[in-house]
Amino acid sequence: MASIGQGVDRVDGRLKVTGRARYAAEFPISDLVHAVLVQSTIGAGTIAAVDMGAAQAMPGVLAIITPDNAPKLAMKGGAQQAVRAPLLQDNAVHFNGQHVAVVVAQTLVQANAAASQVRIRYRRDEPVTSMDAALAQAYPPKNFRNGERPPDSRRGDPDTAFDGAAAKVDVTYITPIEHHNPMEPHATIARWDGDRLTVWTATQGISGAQQSLAGLFGIAPQDVHIVCPFVGGGFGCKGNTWPPATLAAMAAKVVGRPVKLAVTRAQMFTSNGYRPRTVQKLRFAADDQGRLVSMRHDGFSQMSQPVLGEFSEPVGLATEMLYACPNVAVSHRLVATNASLPTYMRAPGLASGNFALESAIDELAVALKMDPLEFRLRNYAEQEPHQNKPFASKALRACYQQGAEAFGWSRRSAEPRSMRDGSVLIGWGMATSTYPTHRMPASAYVRLGADNSALVRVGTQDLGTGTYTVMSQIAANTLGVPVERIRFELGDSAFPHAPVSGGSMTVASVGPAVKAACEAARAKLQRDGGEVAEASVDVKPGEEEHRYAMHAFGAQFVEVRVDAELGEIRVSRFVGAFDAGRVMNAKTARSQLIGGIVYGLGMALLEETHVDGETGRIVNANIAEYLVPVNADVPDIQTIIVPNDELVSNPLGAKGIGELPMVGVAAAVANAVYNATGVRVRKVPIRIEDVLV
Amino acid sequence: MSPNVTRRVVLAATAGGLVLHERIGRADDTTPAPPSALPQKAIDVELRVNGSRFPLNIDPRTSLLDALREQAGLTGTKKGCDRGACGACTVHIDGRRVLSCLTLAARCQGKAITTIEGLNAGEDLHPVQTAFLHHDGFQCGYCTPGQIMSGAALIKEGHDGSDAEIREWMSGNICRCGAYPNIVAAIRDASREG
Repeated sequence: MASIGQGVDRVDGRLKVTGRARYAAEFPISDLVHAVLVQSTIGAGTIAAVDMGAAQAMPGVLAIITPDNAPKLAMKGGAQQAVRAPLLQDNAVHFNGQHVAVVVAQTLVQANAAASQVRIRYRRDEPVTSMDAALAQAYPPKNFRNGERPPDSRRGDPDTAFDGAAAKVDVTYITPIEHHNPMEPHATIARWDGDRLTVWTATQGISGAQQSLAGLFGIAPQDVHIVCPFVGGGFGCKGNTWPPATLAAMAAKVVGRPVKLAVTRAQMFTSNGYRPRTVQKLRFAADDQGRLVSMRHDGFSQMSQPVLGEFSEPVGLATEMLYACPNVAVSHRLVATNASLPTYMRAPGLASGNFALESAIDELAVALKMDPLEFRLRNYAEQEPHQNKPFASKALRACYQQGAEAFGWSRRSAEPRSMRDGSVLIGWGMATSTYPTHRMPASAYVRLGADNSALVRVGTQDLGTGTYTVMSQIAANTLGVPVERIRFELGDSAFPHAPVSGGSMTVASVGPAVKAACEAARAKLQRDGGEVAEASVDVKPGEEEHRYAMHAFGAQFVEVRVDAELGEIRVSRFVGAFDAGRVMNAKTARSQLIGGIVYGLGMALLEETHVDGETGRIVNANIAEYLVPVNADVPDIQTIIVPNDELVSNPLGAKGIGELPMVGVAAAVANAVYNATGVRVRKVPIRIEDVLV
Repeated sequence: MSPNVTRRVVLAATAGGLVLHERIGRADDTTPAPPSALPQKAIDVELRVNGSRFPLNIDPRTSLLDALREQAGLTGTKKGCDRGACGACTVHIDGRRVLSCLTLAARCQGKAITTIEGLNAGEDLHPVQTAFLHHDGFQCGYCTPGQIMSGAALIKEGHDGSDAEIREWMSGNICRCGAYPNIVAAIRDASREG
């Protein structure tokens, strides 16, 4: 009966393979009409006039909402997930592609047609479109990590230690703007019944959406009902309550009918955030024994205009804790541009920061003429060096060893361009992965029958991460019944509270609530007898996060093949070994690991959002020219889960698995490209032109 | 060419004939109008989908994808890009895989359309559906109907000779969750069975 850990098929799999899983835009709501967004075509300025004449006269048009006639929002409350601008509340244009009008019509085709006829005149200002040209105006974030810690940290004296060291690197790394591009574009259906609002929306956080919309419209949270049983991928861009969801609710209010607003793929590039461009300056040094003596990591990340909110890409977090180095300083700065607000994207800060960190570590190993894996082992942190706390667990050494063995790392030739297959250069690279283990309070409801069937409800989300399945397994395991006896429901704000599905924390947060509620219901049934017992339980993290440093770890090994004449780079082999704590479902966990590695391969070799320097307009706002990995780009991937039964981090021992596998992939590829070609590429994506020498 | 005249306007003008004239001479930025902005008269089309008949009164600009999702109530076919770049909207028309977002519904009269809802017979899953389920050939599930429709067609086309061939012929279907290795395994499995 112990189903935890087993590779159970997804319990919602049948719905997904038959097309019956319902995503936000797919609910059959009667009397539904369609809204389409109109976006700004300038990068900065103000709206001078909107000519709606032609559009208004077109068939089926019900309303055209602009800053001139948009209802004023209450803007109450301070839900962290609420994006409060731009919401048609003033005439300012802060970026190209800002939503400046909403057209509502009877049909989608009519709304699209009318949207194309809305004429907007602007007073144009000069937009700041390049972050790199504005680095001198960088400023410290006001609310770094939601105010939990300062943006800078320092231990020891990194500058003095650097000056006297035997081996040094002093380098700048750059990562580009990247867009999440989940396959389901963001969509919302909104319906008002009097002052009560029902919203079917694609979100990673139904509780946050409920709080945010209640605050924006000035109504009580219990009068906002969020429904979201399926999300077609999120990767961070559905974490906040972004303007399209709010504008859908606004449009529904204006026309007095339910409104569907499905964001187009092109509009996705300015509607719900992106991973900001980063410029990272690293100064690392080691002594002649290969011991790290100094690490400085100064990160700059691109921001929107500050009036739109704040997000910093926390690139220095891993640099603080990954190696036993006595002298470390990190800093984070923001550079305001005329872009939309950036946001969390799969492994925020870690994916981008580790590309720089683990590439620079490789550079230092080369400078020391030391094997990069040996160099890492020599600087292995037995306890967390930044906070001087023990790790709750750390099986990174086993990740290195098992990954290296599976890959055949010991047979690597360190000399660049020394491994060949005819005209193809072969390169092997590796990098470390790490991601913090998060947990937040969560609640669960269980109704357990004497026939051993159970209904379990939590207001959590399944982005494809397997929440339906693993929560069913946790309930089944706790109750000692087959998984088929469990019915797990999520995605409804009427269910007990759960945190946003972000930070790889759903299993660690929601799992213990499900477990505790099942235990309580079973105890009640055993004590009171009868046909059915109900239990609602709230759980929260204990003291463990104060006493221990909690992180997941991994080691990434990759082989690239680079055409010596053409520079074409292909990934031919990948091995990732991970300490993600206890695994709930071997099958869905492997899918997460593979998926994260594929996302990382996209970062390494393909993904970049290009912005026109003159207009601030994104020039590849589509999924054909914003390159993402396709099937033929992905080689055989071997994933290894290193056993770790630690239960200190949380009652299920889950350390988080959604983001970990992405971290380190880009560095491993860059390090392999160096090994193949002798060219050190200090930016991603690594392109043909970067390696042609 | 005046800096105000974008490539898009020229293209729109070439296709529509009207827009460029209206646009030239404007002092400041406006949103250019594509030719589809012209009002259209609704037409009657009968779609034959999964063996059932759907008599629809549609705007002639309606794509097959929008007709299926918004009018026929068949939301299993997904809209990922609406521009023929992602494959999420793949359906079969007269047995061939087709991107429904690039197909006008008005041109489908009399053709046999199969969507994910009609791939299997009754409660029994199609072998490709079963294989996707067992190999976990998806995570979020949004690209999955398109992947399965492509996979089923690929086997019939005879493009299942090797993993490399499957990868190549499945590369029109993007999976952002990165389930590609599992998708290949699923199609390989289903092709052996079929």
